Amino acid sequence: MGYVAVKGGAAAIENAEKFSLARRAGGASALLKPEQIREQLHLAVDRVMGEGSLYAPDLAALAFKQAAGDTFEAAFILRSYRTTLPRLGYSEPIATSGMRVIRRISAAFKEIPGGQILGPTPDYTLRLLDFELQDESASRTRQRIRQLLQEVQLLDPLPERFPKVVEMLRREGLLVRHRHGSGDGDGLVDITRQALSFPAARSAQLQTLARGETGGLLALAYSNMRGYGSVHPVIGELRVGFLPVSYKNPGSGSVECIGEIQVTEAEVISRIAGAEGPAVFSLGYGLCFGHNETKAIAMAVLDRAMACEEPVAPSEDQEFVLTHVDGIESMGFCNHYKLPHYVTFQSELDRLRNIQIGQRPPEDTPS
Amino acid sequence: MKPSMPSKAIPPPADWRDSGPPARGHYSYAFLDEGAKREIRRKMLKAVAIPGCQVPFGSREMPIARGWGTGGLQLTLALIGPDDVLKVIDQGSDDSVNAVNIKKFVSRVTGVAVTTDTRAASLIQTRHRVPEEPLQPHQLLIFQVPIPEPLRLVEPSERETRRMHAEADYSRMWLYLYEDIVKFNEITVGARYPVLVNRRHLMDPSPIPRWDVAKLNQGQALCLFCAGREKRIYAVPPHTEVEPLSFDDFAFRAEGFGGRRCGRCGSTATYLDEVIDDAGGGRSYSCSDTAYCEKIRRRGGARGADGPGEGPA
Repeated sequence: MGYVAVKGGAAAIENAEKFSLARRAGGASALLKPEQIREQLHLAVDRVMGEGSLYAPDLAALAFKQAAGDTFEAAFILRSYRTTLPRLGYSEPIATSGMRVIRRISAAFKEIPGGQILGPTPDYTLRLLDFELQDESASRTRQRIRQLLQEVQLLDPLPERFPKVVEMLRREGLLVRHRHGSGDGDGLVDITRQALSFPAARSAQLQTLARGETGGLLALAYSNMRGYGSVHPVIGELRVGFLPVSYKNPGSGSVECIGEIQVTEAEVISRIAGAEGPAVFSLGYGLCFGHNETKAIAMAVLDRAMACEEPVAPSEDQEFVLTHVDGIESMGFCNHYKLPHYVTFQSELDRLRNIQIGQRPPEDTPS
Repeated sequence: MKPSMPSKAIPPPADWRDSGPPARGHYSYAFLDEGAKREIRRKMLKAVAIPGCQVPFGSREMPIARGWGTGGLQLTLALIGPDDVLKVIDQGSDDSVNAVNIKKFVSRVTGVAVTTDTRAASLIQTRHRVPEEPLQPHQLLIFQVPIPEPLRLVEPSERETRRMHAEADYSRMWLYLYEDIVKFNEITVGARYPVLVNRRHLMDPSPIPRWDVAKLNQGQALCLFCAGREKRIYAVPPHTEVEPLSFDDFAFRAEGFGGRRCGRCGSTATYLDEVIDDAGGGRSYSCSDTAYCEKIRRRGGARGADGPGEGPA
């Protein structure tokens, strides 16, 4: 008998869990501390926070450790923790023009007011395996960081705000005006409190994408870029930086800053649109927790793709995109096929056997 | 809200990781926050008011994966009180790994008593089966649902299926069944057989075998269905008509077992699991409802054509 109907399922589950523990921590190396993950594997932590839909670097690092590096699993753990937290209120809207940037680039213009700021990125680094990291010297690494901070000219003080590239285009009338999605008008939809319905309001679209799984968003956006679609994006501006989060105290009515979040924001300029009125460029918008440029760009492309009035490609079909990008849902459903299905399979067997009996030539049928 | 633990409840099972305070200490009673429970209960009331109609709700993430019973679990957690007695089955079995896991979790966050006896349970969460013993009016049956939309078979778009339900336009489903009969002289839908509830809404009864469909019709207990991933709740209230789609000249047919009986208890009127015993392909059969099977065995086995009394004809 298999693992299903046998008594003692509880003991088997417990042992399976212990074996996972042994796989994660049974080696000879020192056990990872969550703070090491938070600092040194920060991009993984950012990804987990974004897909887990909870801005909590310490908890995301812990989840990543617990999941032994599986980002799907770590985001899932963080989401199920999020479920237990009461919704106390909503933050004030945040204007991203006030971002304290660590990186800011535009592909649309050679020079932009405020300057192109590369910040931390591996974009132009040769992806050669760095064998020095095998036995990294802490003192030597620190020395190199010190040297960097001495030699490089840092913007100090940082400007209060960098002008947004797309705003400059907008002022010149080259870009669509701010648009609202179809559906719910101005009212913000919160998809964690109500099920998505179609056509989805733009707020619901953006929220779904922001919580989406990076690989899932990328695959759909890439299909559009390659030819199943027609966004043809130009990155108007990509920013990585920190934003203050303010909350209006319901008691006193005063607005207080309760912390800051790191985000990546992408604004992609797309082909000329406008069936009515003057021809203008259209825009796609992406924003996600942490430093995750692939996700922000893919999100912006999908945002623009879904604005198509007559969807042809899958990435332009809002229902297709929004119902398939959530990693927690897709991963869970994919894995649920491991659960026993013998009752339903028996039902299918019954149908097939009956069909085969009916299909047999008459002489085979026992009289 | 943390109701006091009743004396009859058995404490949650100890966990091998627990070294300090019990796990419940970090979480509220029944895991979900009270706002979530309230919303889920309201949506259940709406579902009961419109039998078979799918009601969208703000499905929460659970500590078990999507597709593993997060819908059923949310209903259970929103309904369960300290005096409830819980039974959880998967494929009819109380000891299936996923059923054990869910039962253990609910027990840990509520401290309620658990049982395998269908009659002793006030709340039964199930995946893919309706228990063989007829349910009583005070009992609740909660189904885990993977795909709540019966029309998904013929139409992928949610927007379109919502319209079809609104207009009671089920022609494509009828056509699908008709084409099956033309092609195979049989309907190919095995489990998850579409049913018409209260003569109005086409409903997916969850992947129960066709054997169990008759048990939903004019039942004594309230049946609640929930798909966590697809964020839908629906219900079949007691004494409600549930009719599988069928044609005048091609009747609905439940699974048959060719007169075979359970190898353990001898029942001939229960849904059987077919087990491959050896590499040569030898088969044995036993009740899918393991708790019922055990009960009959303790009574000394079934005699003649014994069954739970309400098996399909």
